[in-house]
Amino acid sequence: MITIKGLIAILLTATFINNYVLQQFLGICPFLGVSKKLDQATGMSIAVIFVMMIATLVTWPIQTFLLTPNGLGYMQTIVFILVIAALVQLVEMVLKRYIPALHASLGVYLPLITTNCAVLGVCINNIDSEFTFAQAMFNAFGSGLGFLIAMLMFAGIRQHIEDCDPPESFKGLPITLISAGIVSISFFGFAGIVDNLFG
Amino acid sequence: MNKLSVLTKGIIKENPVLVLVLGTCPTLATSTGVTSALGMGAATTAVLICSNIAISILKKVIPDKVRIPCYIVVIASFVTLVQMIVKAYAPALNTALGIYLPLIVVNCIILGRAEMFASKNSVVDSALDGIGMGIGFTLTLLLMATIREAFGAGTWAGIPIPVLIDHPISIFTMAPGGFAVYGLLIAIVIKLTSGKAPRRKSFDCEACPSAAFCGRGSCDDLDLSKKEVAAE
Repeated sequence: MITIKGLIAILLTATFINNYVLQQFLGICPFLGVSKKLDQATGMSIAVIFVMMIATLVTWPIQTFLLTPNGLGYMQTIVFILVIAALVQLVEMVLKRYIPALHASLGVYLPLITTNCAVLGVCINNIDSEFTFAQAMFNAFGSGLGFLIAMLMFAGIRQHIEDCDPPESFKGLPITLISAGIVSISFFGFAGIVDNLFG
Repeated sequence: MNKLSVLTKGIIKENPVLVLVLGTCPTLATSTGVTSALGMGAATTAVLICSNIAISILKKVIPDKVRIPCYIVVIASFVTLVQMIVKAYAPALNTALGIYLPLIVVNCIILGRAEMFASKNSVVDSALDGIGMGIGFTLTLLLMATIREAFGAGTWAGIPIPVLIDHPISIFTMAPGGFAVYGLLIAIVIKLTSGKAPRRKSFDCEACPSAAFCGRGSCDDLDLSKKEVAAE
């Protein structure tokens, strides 16, 4: 039985409790690479939400109506990665041609997330969790939203790290990773929130 | 380049995880325990060696313009094979690795080595490169998993360690511990090599699998204003 309550629970779980970046370690490369400036972090995250949604929109029906009934479940990995890669290229072309304004703000980030593990991860997760289509879409949106929140939080923190003077060996990546660890602790605060709200 | 240095550079000098900073996602996610770390290392190494060999053989056949999709198909095929083998013979490992097993397909190390090495070098060299990088990846995962499991759970591959077993610091096996241990290890590597190791200051394109799609100089150049200037 699909209820609005259930869908919101899925959304909140994907956003806060199973946060893709900080709890499940998916999409670490863009998280570390593009979180230096706030505007870039925002653009990247919106592109991720967008791609996660359209990837789910396409891969869920492919798995449910094409692969599973024909006993081709084992082709999932190959089919998904190719479909996502082709789809991102296609979307970029369509945006460029018909919605140039949107392309100007998101276009740079689209190719970067073709081979992003968070996008493929959300598609496989939807199948593994045996979600219905509506649940899958909410999960995709929630996961993307979690990515956005993590990116925005971290971009703010990184601007402060830049001003700090850590020991020589820690400069650059090590201090960034340790800060990410501390940010990740803060997300433990959300554990149990969904059970308490909807349980 | 002699064969031995091709093999060994992946283990220390160009260690994919600690020096090149590739494959961060599986490193952080599967280093919670020694068993899953070894399983992940072995699976990734197998895919890496096979895809390096296949791409090196096919390098003259694959047209330059569509090379990245071709590499992805080759890599995805080997990942599917490994997935089937693991499911059949090591179901426990399959459960432990979960979603990270199919996600080997987007591991930057594999696509990175295909693009940077296998597409330019002979079959034997590519195979050796795959073995070296695979061992480097596995050993680093093992090191991280040893630290995290020993302090976090007080065990090593399930075997209890005296003293530590009585005082587990469980944050080590959780997500924050992964980030912190990884950061510390990179700092130690920088300290030990006294900054001589090729240190990745920013996330440049050299090893990024998306570089071919993207065509920008570095992730720092994602500035939209710059892009417009370039377009003009």
